[in-house]
Amino acid sequence: MNDNRPEGIGPHDLGGLAGDPLDRSEHDVTHWERRVDAMLILLMRKEVMTDPAQLRRGIESLAPDVYERLSYYERWAGSIAINLVEQGMVTQEELDQRIAAVKARGEPA
Amino acid sequence: MARFAAGRRVRISDRNEVRHHRVPAYVKGRTGVVERVCGAYDQPELIAYSNSGEPPQTLYRVRLKQKELWSDYDGAPADTLEIEIFEHWLEPA
Repeated sequence: MNDNRPEGIGPHDLGGLAGDPLDRSEHDVTHWERRVDAMLILLMRKEVMTDPAQLRRGIESLAPDVYERLSYYERWAGSIAINLVEQGMVTQEELDQRIAAVKARGEPA
Repeated sequence: MARFAAGRRVRISDRNEVRHHRVPAYVKGRTGVVERVCGAYDQPELIAYSNSGEPPQTLYRVRLKQKELWSDYDGAPADTLEIEIFEHWLEPA
């Protein structure tokens, strides 16, 4: 988290700002990360989402504290959800109910 | 039709927008030179909101001096940075 971000600049717009050292450690891609990646490919193939700019915009519209906390593919998942709710493919209520149901089963939401 | 020709001095607008846009904060308000006219492209700033992005907008490659971008830059004075900026973010300088 940068402490010198000028006001009104999104959490993604970091060029030139002082920050913590980059964590360059690698990890194996997990199953859920592959599923998020596959979901975007399928949504683009079906032309529900048509351009990476839509994904990018959704990521940038996450609340700054959420943006800072989420991992790469978690941001993708958040952006895909924003885009699908906007387009009426799913409602926020349906999403919330599903997340609650998965949580109740004790699986990662 | 491109508003600015190669070699023309231009200023990158310093307006701030909450909407998705293709200008990082570190070049806003800075002045540079048009290195080339890249062509016209559907606008990602509109496509990002599921619009068609039409009409196409002229895109420029703008060359900035590193020394003017970073107050503590200690590289060669001739070092430059090139960045592609759409026409509606550029002003005559």
